[in-house]
Amino acid sequence: MEEAADIALIVNGEAVSRRVEARRHLVDFLRLDLGLTGSRLGCEHGVCGACTVRVDGAIVRGCLMLAVQADGADVWTIEGLSDTGELADLQDAFVARNALQCGYCTPGMLLTAAEMLKAGRRMTRQEIREFLSGNFCRCTGYHAIVDAIEAVMQERFRD
Amino acid sequence: MKAPRFSYVRPESLDSVQELLAEHEDEARILAGGQSLMPTLNMRLSEPGLLIDINRIDALKGISLEDGTVRIGALARHAEVLASPLVAGYLPLIADAMPHVAHVAVRNRGTFGGSIALADPAAELPACAVALDASFVLASRRGRRTVPARSFFHGLYETELAEDELLVEARIPVLAPGYRSSFLEFARRHGDFALAGVCCHARVEGGVLSDVSLACFGGEDRPRLAAAASAAAEGRAWSEEVKDAVKTALGRELDPAGSFHASAETRVHLAQVLAGRAVDRMVAAD
Ligand code: FES
Ligand code: FES
Repeated sequence: MEEAADIALIVNGEAVSRRVEARRHLVDFLRLDLGLTGSRLGCEHGVCGACTVRVDGAIVRGCLMLAVQADGADVWTIEGLSDTGELADLQDAFVARNALQCGYCTPGMLLTAAEMLKAGRRMTRQEIREFLSGNFCRCTGYHAIVDAIEAVMQERFRD
Repeated sequence: MKAPRFSYVRPESLDSVQELLAEHEDEARILAGGQSLMPTLNMRLSEPGLLIDINRIDALKGISLEDGTVRIGALARHAEVLASPLVAGYLPLIADAMPHVAHVAVRNRGTFGGSIALADPAAELPACAVALDASFVLASRRGRRTVPARSFFHGLYETELAEDELLVEARIPVLAPGYRSSFLEFARRHGDFALAGVCCHARVEGGVLSDVSLACFGGEDRPRLAAAASAAAEGRAWSEEVKDAVKTALGRELDPAGSFHASAETRVHLAQVLAGRAVDRMVAAD
């Protein structure tokens, strides 16, 4: 029983090990210990979705998971997923449709959109909005974000 | 904000969790999905000395069917419950409620047991458990006991769980032949906690309702089994007149608190409208 622990995990495909304070949440670990500042903190209590990261294949709120809990996990952030090209068409569509202004919410939006695409089908605009309902954007008014995701679905899932 | 300092331990067995709870009692908090506990830590609303992380305990996982009862392990994630064919087939009320439980990223981590043990009065799952007459298995070093959902919730975030006890699983009877259920809620934003919600479960035969359980949540300090409103529909053929009787009864027995989000009158009105629609749906599906 300690206030710190040694953890070993995979971040963006690379093995990482560190000693972390028990109270440090995953996004602070990524940002402050690993220098991966693409994952953001808005509210730090689970409301805004700016901190969305992918852990063991599913998106989670990085502010609501302790770094010690990620021991042994496979973690992906906006940096890694940009490098692999998995998000390339989404990123292009966001730019083309003005789906970002300040960009603060964008990494979380992109990771959430990527999870949506895993369903492998086109969704209605209403379904897209519901799926995105856990991610706040203070700039765009969402419309352009829904447009961008819808466009990528149309492109990826042609019948 | 950042969480205060605490110690952290990740036991591998139920026995060691029980030992730790017996030893530390109210100094310790159980960490399951963390979707409610972590915000309270980050906002420093709670400062436990020790977090006991139960995420690696296999005995608390999984969903299974045993003698007419679906067993949902305390650690079953909301996403897992949402995708479960057993839940879809045998517990349609829970299947209908699940998409309303928080947002995708929260459902990927949040657990069934966590929602029950926290007992947020605006949460969907406690109310579903009450409507379906579920029971919960609680364990401590002193032994195990099974508590009906209908006597588990004591008040605002207060439950039957003692300081040294852990919620192990929920046991929920499968939907019996001839029975139907219906779930409806009203929230400001999809996935947020409801301003008002209803869970309805009854036998429906040729439009006649019997064995009616109507549970309401949001506004009061715990989910309520609306006995008078349920009785108003009991043995009757569903009609506008019966619907009015249910709404009137509900208006008398509900006593929600008003808040910044909605006044008490608004919450009662919403519950009445939702209850009427929920039963409409059950009867239409008959
Ligand atoms: S920072 Fe995690 S949800 Fe807002
Ligand atoms: S682009 Fe500024 S918050 Fe979304």
